[in-house]
Amino acid sequence: MSTTTGTAVALRSTLRVATAGSVDDGKSTLIGRLLHDTKTVFEDQLAAVVKASRRYGDGETNLALLTDGLRAEREQGITIDVAHRYFATPQRSFIVADTPGHAQYTRNMVTGASNADVAIVLVDARHGVLEQTRRHAFIATLLGVKSIVVAVNKMDLVDWDETEFDLIAKEVIEYVQALPTPVPVTAIPLSALLGDNVVDASSNTPWYDGPPLLQWLEEFDADPRTEVGGRLHVQRVIRPQGGEFADFRGYAGVVNGGGFAVGDEVAIEPSGNRATIKALHRAGKPVNSAENGHAVVIELTTTIDVARGDVFVATEGTVVPHIGESVEAEACWMVDQPLTVGSRWWFKHGTRTGRATVTAIDYRHDLASLDREPTESLELNTLGRVRLLLSEPIVADRYIDNPEGGRMILIDEATNSTAGALMITAVTR
Amino acid sequence: MSTTTHLESLTDEAITIIREVATECQNPVLLFSGGKDSAVLLHLAVLAFAPARLPFPVMHVDTGHNFAEVIEYRDQFVRDVGARLVIASVQESIDKGRVVEDTGPRASRNRLQSVTLLDAMIEHGFDAAFGGGRRDEDKARAKERILSFRDHQGRWDPRQQRPEPWDVLNARIRKGEQLRAFPLSNWTELDIWQYIAVHDLALPTIYYSHTRTVVERDGMLLAVGGPVVAEPGEVPYEAVVRYRTVGDASCTGAVESTAANVHDVIIEVAAARITERGATRADDTFSESAMEDRKREGYF
Repeated sequence: MSTTTGTAVALRSTLRVATAGSVDDGKSTLIGRLLHDTKTVFEDQLAAVVKASRRYGDGETNLALLTDGLRAEREQGITIDVAHRYFATPQRSFIVADTPGHAQYTRNMVTGASNADVAIVLVDARHGVLEQTRRHAFIATLLGVKSIVVAVNKMDLVDWDETEFDLIAKEVIEYVQALPTPVPVTAIPLSALLGDNVVDASSNTPWYDGPPLLQWLEEFDADPRTEVGGRLHVQRVIRPQGGEFADFRGYAGVVNGGGFAVGDEVAIEPSGNRATIKALHRAGKPVNSAENGHAVVIELTTTIDVARGDVFVATEGTVVPHIGESVEAEACWMVDQPLTVGSRWWFKHGTRTGRATVTAIDYRHDLASLDREPTESLELNTLGRVRLLLSEPIVADRYIDNPEGGRMILIDEATNSTAGALMITAVTR
Repeated sequence: MSTTTHLESLTDEAITIIREVATECQNPVLLFSGGKDSAVLLHLAVLAFAPARLPFPVMHVDTGHNFAEVIEYRDQFVRDVGARLVIASVQESIDKGRVVEDTGPRASRNRLQSVTLLDAMIEHGFDAAFGGGRRDEDKARAKERILSFRDHQGRWDPRQQRPEPWDVLNARIRKGEQLRAFPLSNWTELDIWQYIAVHDLALPTIYYSHTRTVVERDGMLLAVGGPVVAEPGEVPYEAVVRYRTVGDASCTGAVESTAANVHDVIIEVAAARITERGATRADDTFSESAMEDRKREGYF
C-alpha cells in the first residue's frame, strides 16, 4: 500500500554532497542532470528553464539554469553563490550544494562544502586539472569531506578516450594523496550534458566498469568516525520559572563527538566540575540516550553553575578535550580585509564568543606546488596556518579528531561579516 | 552507525537554529501566517524551549485577504502554545498611505506585505525574524543562507551574503540592521507533510479536500467570494479542491484534489509534478525572477 511511501522516505538517511571544480567544468549542469534524470524537476520548473534557455540564446535546454537561480547568474552563465537542492531516491535523501567555480567566489564554495560528506570535483576532460580544481580539492579535504568523486566531464568532446580519462584520474588521485589530509578518490567518466554515466550507465565507455555517479552516491558509506566521547556546547539554560516545572533546569545544545546516556557522568568544562545526567530530552520528549547531531536538553542530578559557552564532556570519553587560550589552526580566509599578525577579530567556537588576536602566521599553502610559503598576511580566498590568542579559554578538539569541536569562525569587528573558517590543530594554555 | 533518520536530522537542525538565534539576538519574533510551514516552524520553536514557554512573540503580517479558516486556526494555535500574537496589518499601511494598493481584478496585496513587515519590525524593535522559507520553494530561495541579513531598508543583497561555514551561526548585526532566520531551509514540501503526520499536527481545514466555488484564471483555481470576483466570461463552478499553500486569498490558487487527510496528501505530494508555488501562487509566476525581486525589496 502506498501510504508507506511517505514513511519510507522519512526513514532514509541523508547524504550531503557538494560540487567543486573550475568555472565552466559543468557543475550546475551536472546537478541539473541529476535532478532531471531522478525526476526531481517539476514540470513548471522545466518549462521555465526551456523558456529561459531560449531567452539567453542557449542551443539546447540549459540544465544549469535549474540551479543558477539569481538573475546575475543567469545573465552571465556563471554560478556566484551556493544553491542548495534536494532530491531523493528509494535508497537515500540527498542535500546538494552547488558551489561556484570562480576564484573570487571561493568563500561561497567553502560555505557549500563545509557540511558535505562527499565532494564531486568536476574536471573538463579537454582542459584537465586546473588551479581551481586543486584549490577546491584542497579545501574540501581540509574541511573534512570523507571522499572525493572526480567527475571527468565532457567526455563526449574527447571521443570517450580512455587514455585522457586515466591521465586526469591519476593526476587528481596523486594530488589528493599528497595533501595534508588525504581521502579516498574515485574517478567517473561522464557527460553531464548528455547524461552518460550520471544516472544511467553509458554505452560509450565500455572500458569503464565502475558505477554511474548516482549509484556511487547511493552506495557510498563513510567509515564510521572514531568517536572522541560525548560533548555538548551549552546553547542556553532552559528555566521555566514557575508552574509545574518551577524546579526544572535544563541545558540545551547539540551532541557531538559521541553520545550521552542517562546516568552518565559529565565534566563541565572549563571549570572541571562533575555531575551526573538525570534526564535527556529530544524534541520535547524524554530519551534514554542521545548521539552525534541530536539537539537535546540535559538535566543534571545536582544544581551546579553552568552557563552558555560551557561544554559538557563525557568522562568515559576516549579523548580528553584541549582547554586553553592559545590556538593553532588552518584558516580559510573569506573577506577582503586581510588577516595580519596583530589584527583583532571576534571569534566564535561552539557557543562561546570572545576576542581573538593573531599572534603569528606560520605559512600560506601554495595550492599548486603544495609548498608552505612564508607570509605576512592571508588574503581573500587563501589558506594558511595561523596562531591566535583568545580572550578566554575554549574547550576544543583537533578538527581531524572531532570536526564539531574543532571548528571556529573569525568575525570582522567592523562589518560583522564572517571573515575566516578555522580548523583547529592545537590548543594550549 | 548512526540510526538518525532524515526527518530527525532536519528536526535537530531546525531546533538548534531556533535556539541559537533566540539566544544571540535581543528581540526576535516568529512570523506566523497559519500556513503549514509556519505551523511546523512554530511547533518546532515550542519544542526547542520546552518545558519553558516560547521566549519570543509571534507576528502575523495580515493582508486582510485571509481565508476565515486560517484566521481561526491561527488564533487557536497561538492560544494553545501560550504565545503572544502581534498583528501587522497591511490594511493599516494602506490607510496610513504607506503603500498604494493595486487595482483591477488581478490586484494582490502580497507585495505590499514587505512594507508592513519592515514597519512592524521597526515599531516593535524586532532585530530578528524567524520565517518558514524553504530552499526548495524557489530558485532565489535556494540561494539564501540560513541567516539572511537585511539592511536598514530590509533589503537582501544576494551578491553580498555572509559566508556561513558549518552550522556555526554568526548572528551579529549592527544597530538598524535585521536578520531573517530560516530554520526550515533544508526541508522540502514532503518533509513538512511528514513532520505534520509524525507529530499529528492540526492544520487549517482548507489544506484538505473540500468543495468550493471557484473560477479558473491563468490556469489556477481561485475561490470566488472574498477578494476574488468573477470577471466577465468567467463562470464560477463547484470543484473538489484543496490548497497546497495558504497566502493572500487574492493570489493563492487551489488544486483539484480528493486528498482528505495527511496520508492522502503525502501520497499526492510525493507524486506531484508541479511545484507548490508554480501551481498555486500567481505572484511567483509573474516573471522569471519575481521572488528575487521581492526579496531585494524586503520580502520574507
